[in-house]
Amino acid sequence: MSAPEATHRPGQALLSGLPREALLERLREMLRIRRFEERCAELYTQGKIHGFLHLCIGEEAVAVGAMRALRPEDNVVSTYREHGHALARGISAAAVMAEMFGKANGCSRGRGGSMHLFDAQHRFFGGHAIVGGGLPIAVGLALAARMRQEARVTCCFFGDGAVAEGVFHESLNLAALWRLPVLFLCENNLYAMGTHITRHQSQIDIARKAAAYGLPGQAVDGMAVLEVEEAARAAVAAVRAGEGPRLLEARTYRFRAHSMYDPELYRSREEVAQWKQRDPIDLLAGALRQADLLDDAALAQLEGEVAAEIDLAVAAAEAGPWEPVQDLLKDVHSPRFA
Amino acid sequence: MPTTMTYREAVRAALAEALRSDERVLLMGEDVGRYGGAFACSRGLLEEFGPERVRDTPLSEATFVGAGIGAALGGMRPIVEIMTCNFALLALDQIVNHAAIMRHMSGGQFSVPLVIRMASGGGRRVAAQHSNSFEGWFARLPGVTVLAPATVQDARTMLRGALREPDPVLIFEHILLYPVQGEVDEQADTDIRRAAVRRPGRDVSLITYGGSLPKTLAAAEQLAAEGIEAEVIDLRCLRPLDTELFLDSVRRTHRAVVVDEAWYTGSLAAEISALIMERAFYDLDAPVARVCSAEVPLPYAGHLEDAALPQAAAIERTVKEMMAGHG
Ligand SMILES: Cc1ncc(C[n+]2csc(CCOP(=O)(O)OP(=O)(O)O)c2C)c(N)n1
Ligand SMILES: [Mg+2]
Repeated sequence: MSAPEATHRPGQALLSGLPREALLERLREMLRIRRFEERCAELYTQGKIHGFLHLCIGEEAVAVGAMRALRPEDNVVSTYREHGHALARGISAAAVMAEMFGKANGCSRGRGGSMHLFDAQHRFFGGHAIVGGGLPIAVGLALAARMRQEARVTCCFFGDGAVAEGVFHESLNLAALWRLPVLFLCENNLYAMGTHITRHQSQIDIARKAAAYGLPGQAVDGMAVLEVEEAARAAVAAVRAGEGPRLLEARTYRFRAHSMYDPELYRSREEVAQWKQRDPIDLLAGALRQADLLDDAALAQLEGEVAAEIDLAVAAAEAGPWEPVQDLLKDVHSPRFA
Repeated sequence: MPTTMTYREAVRAALAEALRSDERVLLMGEDVGRYGGAFACSRGLLEEFGPERVRDTPLSEATFVGAGIGAALGGMRPIVEIMTCNFALLALDQIVNHAAIMRHMSGGQFSVPLVIRMASGGGRRVAAQHSNSFEGWFARLPGVTVLAPATVQDARTMLRGALREPDPVLIFEHILLYPVQGEVDEQADTDIRRAAVRRPGRDVSLITYGGSLPKTLAAAEQLAAEGIEAEVIDLRCLRPLDTELFLDSVRRTHRAVVVDEAWYTGSLAAEISALIMERAFYDLDAPVARVCSAEVPLPYAGHLEDAALPQAAAIERTVKEMMAGHG
């Protein structure tokens, strides 16, 4: 299965409709995630980051496109492959990096690590590492927003693998039944760890599954950031207007291993190389160059800005304090019950 | 003749032997085939036994465990792998409300000869959703046998015994054990229900299992250097417990420390402590002590995770305090 050949490219409308600065901003955001994660991989081999580290390199367009469609008051629920979501949501690179280091200035105070980024201020309700575990939580957040008459949309990210879990089906059904304001956003990167979608789904067209629960489903080219954004904007607008939940399937690909432990015995180098031809950063940069909106100097400037921010983030993580061991039991219960 | 291998290789050899020796055996779970298993325990098995018998499943724990129950009822001998015990919670209903009770609930007409393997335990900096030790929960269930192979030998041979059981068997493999090397006698056939004395001693009984065994043995070595001879007992089978073996030990040493990676509250360590209290109270020179995990979801940061888990130093300290008379 290869990337969908889009018959119409709604992203073109955005490309012509958005000012140059806005387009460069999207490119910058994707570069920021890419370079941040490349640095994470280095820091992992240097023993600064431990445990599981799941990179979203190759999938940046989904995070950036989707977050552009959300407002600060909206909710985000994510997975363990959430560095991109967190950064695109506006959580500082320093807070995320410090979390990877396990430092007390990390966004989860060093308790969560790479897989469990949380940030209340940004209404980022977590990286969840039980596959599918975030979906019903998103349904509940949407229920709360509806009952409290708050105009929030809850955007829930999950992978193609999660679609096999019962909670996916139960969550779509419940959200549709109660017409709750949820955007279910499936990042279909074709693999659940080492298992290709054709070996874990009887119906590989994930967007079509929505029909079974009576909500609209749509697939989008997850390598084209402007197309993701346009589709996400339309879906979020409908959800916000009270039309009930939507399922958006972004067809994408992870360029790196599942995690740092994965020897990648299940796919060929050729397959990976073929997908790299559709690198989301190159795709946007290429389109911008064609439209005379980007040149080497402008790209170098973006790269420079991004590198400087990441350097600062690493410095903040290095300098950050360790949580004192005597605080081990902190935040298990609220202080009242401790 | 003994050969040396890793725990991981021992699990793989045991699975291969099972598939080779019984046509009814099948292996299924997430990434057991093409990927070779999340912990590489089934690498090469798909190639050797084919996709009929080595089945990659979707991420559907409740359903593939339930399908394992059905296949067992239908005459197969399924071995289901759940990547880690954390994800077994999605299949808890199938295990607790179906597999464990089918024999009894059907008045003895049906049995579920199903083996479920899963990794468990902490210590790899993978935080609170990937580090749990839930074997004690499962050991509360009438109707199941719960095994915790702690040695390479047991990783190699306990599966053989598990597959002979007519009822469900749950096997917990501690994640830190996979790279451990050890000697294996391939032919040795050990009773899966017997506990084992891994180190004889006269002063105190250290009762443990699974991933805590290496830490406990290390503590015992340190204690020996200071003149305290600890007896180390590996429970091996967490349900049913080989109660007589550890009671006998406690009656000789008059002191017991239980080491268990699960949280203190309601732990297997608590159960063992209660059994000693009920049946060997008057043999004790000191109250039973426990070394368990701090009551906290396992944190990511290494220094916090280390502080939360039972460590050899804490075992040593506990024993010394007990020997000094204020334990
Ligand atoms: C319930 C559960 N089962 C198994 C796992 C182990 N696991 C972690 S990620 C993963 C693959 C998930 O694939 P997908 O949902 O497509 O997300 P991706 O990693 O591709 O982003 C598996 C099997 C888990 N974390 N949770
Ligand atoms: Mg996937």
